Amino acid sequence: MRGEMLVLAVAFGYLALLFVIAAWGDRRAEQGRSLIGSPTVYALSIAVYCTAWTFYGSVGRAASAGPSFLLIYLGPTLAMLMSPFVIRKMVRIASAQRITSIADFISARYGKSSSLGALVALIALVGITPYIALQLKAITLSHAVLVNYPEAAELRLAEESFWNDKSFWVALVLAVFIILFGTRHLDASERHEGMVAAIAFESLVKLVAFLSVGVFTVFVLFNGPGDLFAQVAAAPELSGALSLDAVPGGAVGWVGTLVLAFLAFLTLPRQFQVLVVENVDERHLTRASWLFPLYLLAINLFVIPIAMAGLLLGDAGSDPDSFVLTLPLSAGLEGLPLLVFIGGLSAATGMVIVETIALSTMVSNQLVMPLLLRSPHLHLGSRGELAGWLLGIRRVAIVLILLLGYLYHALIGDSYSLVTIGLVSFAAAAQFAPAMLIGMYWRGANRNGAALGLIAGFLVWAWTLLLPGFAQSGWLGAGFLENGPWGIGWLRPYALFGLEGWDIYTHSLLWSLTANVGLLVGVSLFSRQSPLEQTQAALFTEAMHPRLMQTSLWQGQTTRGELSALLDRYLGGAATRRVFSGIAIAEDDHPAPPELIARAEQALAGALGSASARVLINSVVRGEALDLDAILSILDTTSETLEVNRRLEQKSRELARTSEELRAANERLRELDRLKDEFIAMVSHELRTPLTSIRAFAEILHDGKNLPEEKRLHFLDVVVRESQRLSRLIEEILDLARLESGRMTLDPRPLDLVELAQHSVDAVHRLQETRGVNLEVDMAVSAAPVIGDPDRLEQVIINLLDNAGKFAADESPRVLLRLERYKDHFRLSVEDNGPGIADDERERVFEKFHQIQRQDSGETRGRPRGSGLGLPISRGIVAHLGGRLWVESAPHLGGACLVMELPDAPDAPDTEAATPPAPASPAPA
Amino acid sequence: MNAPRQKERLVVLIVLAVALFSPPLLLLFDTPSRTGPSRLPLYIFIAWAAVIGLAAWLMERRQEE
Repeated sequence: MRGEMLVLAVAFGYLALLFVIAAWGDRRAEQGRSLIGSPTVYALSIAVYCTAWTFYGSVGRAASAGPSFLLIYLGPTLAMLMSPFVIRKMVRIASAQRITSIADFISARYGKSSSLGALVALIALVGITPYIALQLKAITLSHAVLVNYPEAAELRLAEESFWNDKSFWVALVLAVFIILFGTRHLDASERHEGMVAAIAFESLVKLVAFLSVGVFTVFVLFNGPGDLFAQVAAAPELSGALSLDAVPGGAVGWVGTLVLAFLAFLTLPRQFQVLVVENVDERHLTRASWLFPLYLLAINLFVIPIAMAGLLLGDAGSDPDSFVLTLPLSAGLEGLPLLVFIGGLSAATGMVIVETIALSTMVSNQLVMPLLLRSPHLHLGSRGELAGWLLGIRRVAIVLILLLGYLYHALIGDSYSLVTIGLVSFAAAAQFAPAMLIGMYWRGANRNGAALGLIAGFLVWAWTLLLPGFAQSGWLGAGFLENGPWGIGWLRPYALFGLEGWDIYTHSLLWSLTANVGLLVGVSLFSRQSPLEQTQAALFTEAMHPRLMQTSLWQGQTTRGELSALLDRYLGGAATRRVFSGIAIAEDDHPAPPELIARAEQALAGALGSASARVLINSVVRGEALDLDAILSILDTTSETLEVNRRLEQKSRELARTSEELRAANERLRELDRLKDEFIAMVSHELRTPLTSIRAFAEILHDGKNLPEEKRLHFLDVVVRESQRLSRLIEEILDLARLESGRMTLDPRPLDLVELAQHSVDAVHRLQETRGVNLEVDMAVSAAPVIGDPDRLEQVIINLLDNAGKFAADESPRVLLRLERYKDHFRLSVEDNGPGIADDERERVFEKFHQIQRQDSGETRGRPRGSGLGLPISRGIVAHLGGRLWVESAPHLGGACLVMELPDAPDAPDTEAATPPAPASPAPA
Repeated sequence: MNAPRQKERLVVLIVLAVALFSPPLLLLFDTPSRTGPSRLPLYIFIAWAAVIGLAAWLMERRQEE
């Protein structure tokens, strides 16, 4: 049963829930455990952008104007992408200057001008009130649809008095909510924790409600998106519904609406409120910059399906704006329409709450306060009187704004469809964009230019969008639109200066922004800024400069007593104590430090707006804030310091790198030194061993005349072998010395590497066999003509085979010699099945004196350790012959693999050794 | 450390998004799909999701650095 009472109970129950959430949020904030200190809550609170206009109007717009509704969300997506450049700067300025609203922002930028602030507040009031009315209208309408379905809603609406209009009562409840949670602090630059928590909750509710009806439409009313769009394709009257042709103004209208949405997202008072004033931490922007667009994407996902479904299912009488409600209603559901109604209610109330807070702050701080401060009666006020006044003004303003919105809705609300009012308000808010955005980046923009630009933009907006709206409501003659006022054709509101064929919003935006920007820039170029304006301009444009905000900018003089009295009078005792806390206590007639003056002005600015705060501070402080030159010099010195710091850092990095290199070189030298010592010790040892045995056996032979003949022969044999070993060792050391000094004489001549390798294998075959090494040979070529010194090359190959035999595995050792062609080289590789050589050891084995550490300390199975000279000598020889020698992993046996590569020498006759070899080589001896 | 590069990447992403959402590219997709309605909304949703995905990747990575 969709009873009237049930709907009312649910609606007001939902509003009660908002009170609970907001109260909870405020309590948590008092306890210091803020609910809203998360980027996700921040992103959700920005989603107050999606009003009832999104909730109901998007579907209507999709039904009538194709995909153009998406532009309203693509613009903010672009703006959020730019947030690290634009919104971050706004947040930083706002927190440094204690900005309370967009009117305050613009007024502060142009020298804390109270008249400019008032102008912005007025434009916002005129431009945005209809938008609040639109939300109330949406509540009334959706309620009527819900209760009266299937009767058409509009018929019944006219019969009801305002006592029966639910939106009147909703507006009243909202007024109470906003007064309770929106005016808790005097300081409007402080965040409204409870309110933001409630708004974030509302954003979730409307998203869930819309997704529910979307899923219901696509998957219950139809069998998934495929089915829906197949039916759309079959309906000829819908064939052009989604193309660019359906967008008003075509491609130009598309771009115009995109720009409009982009600017409005930054300048709508409620967006400024949640984006900038309520921002807790500028780092939240990072997450919000993609999370909020994602929210927009999600809430728009089902708009087209719902619109198409509504058009397909006929029901021609019902307004496309209500499809979201009528679709589930027509299916006879009970719960879903209620959820949708609550979703729409949350979208509408969220917007009304934030917009009203923003507007009431503007009205109290920018419109009423400056007038009160000028009136002579106020200054006799006692302690904290103004605080009460200010909150009272704000509360009255809240009620008045809501009442105004309601009146607008009740009196002329019927003449517009939902979407129209929304875009008209967007265009009004977009007038703030030039003053705000240009002012943030161009220091030269000044107050006169901003004021004239705003006025001109506003007038053009009113002429091209507001008045035609009145005309369409029948308040002005119909000829006004078609023939222009008094028949002047070029003044026609929808075709100003004869520009025809554009959609009305792009048309209005073009002319109003042209006038606005043109005057702002033009007048700024030809008029002067006051000193305070210059200061503020520098502070705004250089806001991202590090350390600027830490600098105290006051030079004026006053006593602590005067300052304390001023704060006491306007903000009350508690606020005064907060300002003075942390400042050293002194007598009242002592001069106030600059820091204290700055804090006092900030505290006043947070409550009263920057313009009024400046008026008050000026009433007690003699002197001025720092002028432009002083600020510029601060900026210069800080940037100089930064530059010096940077250079110092670079130098110290270089120094660190150099010392690291030195340390490495030193390490290397020590290592070489250690190796040399070891080598000398080893060489001495190696030389001494054969010498000792020669001497011992020689002495035995000398003394033992009566030794048996065979023993004597055996000892002589030992002496001969040890002498050979000794001379071989000395030969190696000499070789190395020759290589190092470059006096190594080689005898290069053409030779066949296959033959040489075979020869070497034969030479070591016996020795390897006695050691139990299995030596395999694999020649991939039949002849390998190279140029080389046969004796030396054979020495190299034998050395490689010998080494491989030494390092092959203990169990069934294997060595493999392979010879193959590689491009125009021959590669001779010798691999073993030993443990291999670690990567970092591979180059070091070619260092002289280097010996691979074997875990089993070497001499197992009588395999001797090398002298550590074989490989360096081999590499030296191969290099002399124009080849290379290196280590890699053995491809077949898994151990180490030493590869010798020599260039192919095909020209030389590979058999005839007597033919003169390569020209550089000496003649054979 | 990498802040300047990240800024450049973000600027390029913004330029990309503007290009994707504006007419010259849009017109390419404003064609009916097999006698059905225009593909334009489908294109916009895909481009939109891609831009959001790239932004999320860029922003969250920057946070880590």
